[in-house]
Amino acid sequence: MTTPEMIHRSDAAVSIELQTPDMTINIGPQHPSTHGVLRLIANIDGERVRDVEPVIGYMHRGYEKISEVRTYAQITALVNRIDWVSGFANEVPFVVGVERLVGIEAPPRAQYIRMILSELARISSHLVFMSSYPLELGATTPLMHALREREYILELIEEVTGGRFHPNFNRVGGVKPNYGGGSTTKKQSMDLPAGFFERTRSAMDRMDKICEDIESLVAGNELFKMRTVGVGVIPADKALEYGLTGPNLRASGVAYDLRKVENYLPYDEVDFDVAAQNGGDCYDRYVVRLEEIRESAKIVRQAVDKIPSGPLQAKVPRVLKVPKGQVYSRSENPKGEFGFYIVSEGGKMPYRLKIRSSSFSNLSILPWILKGQLLPDLVAIMGSLDFVLGDVDR
Amino acid sequence: MNFWLELILKLVAILGFVLTGALVVIYAELKAGSHMQSRIGPYYAGGRWGWAQPLADGLKFLQKEDLAPAAADRTVYGLAPYVVMMSTIAVFVVIPFGPDMVGRDLDLGIYFVLAVSSLSVLGILMAGWSSANKYSLMGGLRAAAQLIAYELPLVLVSAAVVIQAGTMSLNGIVASQAQTWFTVGGVDVSAPFLIKGQIIGFTIFMIASVAELSRIPFDMPIAESELTMGYLTEYSGIRFTMFFLGEYAAMISLSAIAATLYLGGYAVPGVSGNILNVIGPGVMLAKISLLVFIFIWIRWTWPRLREDQLQHLAWRWLIPISLANIAVISIFKVAF
Repeated sequence: MTTPEMIHRSDAAVSIELQTPDMTINIGPQHPSTHGVLRLIANIDGERVRDVEPVIGYMHRGYEKISEVRTYAQITALVNRIDWVSGFANEVPFVVGVERLVGIEAPPRAQYIRMILSELARISSHLVFMSSYPLELGATTPLMHALREREYILELIEEVTGGRFHPNFNRVGGVKPNYGGGSTTKKQSMDLPAGFFERTRSAMDRMDKICEDIESLVAGNELFKMRTVGVGVIPADKALEYGLTGPNLRASGVAYDLRKVENYLPYDEVDFDVAAQNGGDCYDRYVVRLEEIRESAKIVRQAVDKIPSGPLQAKVPRVLKVPKGQVYSRSENPKGEFGFYIVSEGGKMPYRLKIRSSSFSNLSILPWILKGQLLPDLVAIMGSLDFVLGDVDR
Repeated sequence: MNFWLELILKLVAILGFVLTGALVVIYAELKAGSHMQSRIGPYYAGGRWGWAQPLADGLKFLQKEDLAPAAADRTVYGLAPYVVMMSTIAVFVVIPFGPDMVGRDLDLGIYFVLAVSSLSVLGILMAGWSSANKYSLMGGLRAAAQLIAYELPLVLVSAAVVIQAGTMSLNGIVASQAQTWFTVGGVDVSAPFLIKGQIIGFTIFMIASVAELSRIPFDMPIAESELTMGYLTEYSGIRFTMFFLGEYAAMISLSAIAATLYLGGYAVPGVSGNILNVIGPGVMLAKISLLVFIFIWIRWTWPRLREDQLQHLAWRWLIPISLANIAVISIFKVAF
């Protein structure tokens, strides 16, 4: 602390430096823009962020440990709660992994249903982003419009699976057959609900319409561009260095999509493009997701046309015993690479289950990207990375 | 009339107008915003169309505990909402709703308006500082920074109106807009300043008003997603209500000023004399509603700007343009 006397006594040329200590501010765990319970310890100098330390773990539910005492069928119910915005998409890599361990494959019709519902989950997740991201920038209206359209997707998911967020629809070796037709004892297996394909097609037409609307009303808005273009630029090398995946990576110019690389669902039988941009800023991350809604709608349309008939379930023993071994199975989730490393010592439960969640890796770039940004841009960048705290903490 | 009786009547009239007006504007915002978002909005309160929703909200806030942080500066903290409210209400003293329907027709009317309305920032700074909360402090500082950015263009474009009208009295400004502009085929045509070359001034006035109101796209002092609620973060109960009402009352007051300066105030072409005291308030209210609707429309349409972008906008664009505006208006004033 410099007192006036000390300044007076110094015989050097008078250079009084104003003492402006940085302010440490706790953003979260309860804060409107942290999407849950993320806490950022930010050192700020006025509006400028000096450095940021993310603190996670407020929503740790211990799924990896719980899974060690749950059967494989029970674990599907857990994993769709990891990233609750796209519940169905989380189940797929897990059951595919177990199927690989056991050495069975789901019948083609089940695989197509998985693909359709995964893409619906992707659209629904991206629509949540379309609604929440403008909200972070202060625009309240896109929220309602995108969420209204998401309702059509959720209805489709609900009529097939019975759940809007937590479908729990995948089984090892296929998907859950719907039992119905009056008598439950009869166990007559029902297929997809009647008229599902028509409703899906019309919903996909709605998605094209809403994409056009969003493109002209939000992405084309001059103020929106002022807030996002050139903000939070992540170069391709940094994105790879920090392990970014999914739309965040593709926005930086790396057109890497596990749907093209990994053979976990019959994506090679449908025709779609990998949406990618080159800028790596918030605006590009937004546009990539907008494009992905269109591509997903394209995939769903083709899958609905091409879906083969056949059984929904492969032959699986009533009590599933998985042989000794280990497997890493991954998929392209709405938020990036989502993987399960399953170690089996033989038996009904896994010995160890490691979840590689996309949001956790995407979040790791925060300290680097937020350094030196303005406080309003902190919110804009954080929102553009589109993470879900349940996916970060597991 | 007895001086004191007149004073009390005017006070009651102004307070009543401001408070009911604020409630009506809150209702309008709830309803208009809902319809812009394909929602219905308030529906049940009051039996029909949810007309009593703002009243119900207000009563609910009154019941809430009036909390103050332990580290807060209690006096300043308690005073701040009233400073904001006072500055808003004081503006209505000079706004004319008819030739005689005016609290006090000051010679320096517009000067008084600008001086008093910028006092609300003092209240916001007080709130931000005394709350003992970092978010509040940042909100208060942002509001202070914003003041400089928008107050200058506001003063400059008002100066252009004063030059054109040749008076600072708001009644005089309205009268000057009611004057005959030109005569076509024996019909006297009069036009508000908006048409008589002040369209740029009006636009800048509206932009600066949005900034003064701290509404989207210039709501950085509140900025919910960044600063939780800015200077309002710690407020609850009746003090929050005061801020809330003050914000909407300020919307009315700024719309009233804009209507007076640019849209011809209470004047109706071809009508003069005492009858204006009767229809004037209605005309004025219609113009105010139109401008308030524009504020609401903007708020539900656009995202928020950054503080530096507002400064950029103000210093690179608004202030030079308003200076040029003054020059052009002065030249025309002298030449014609």
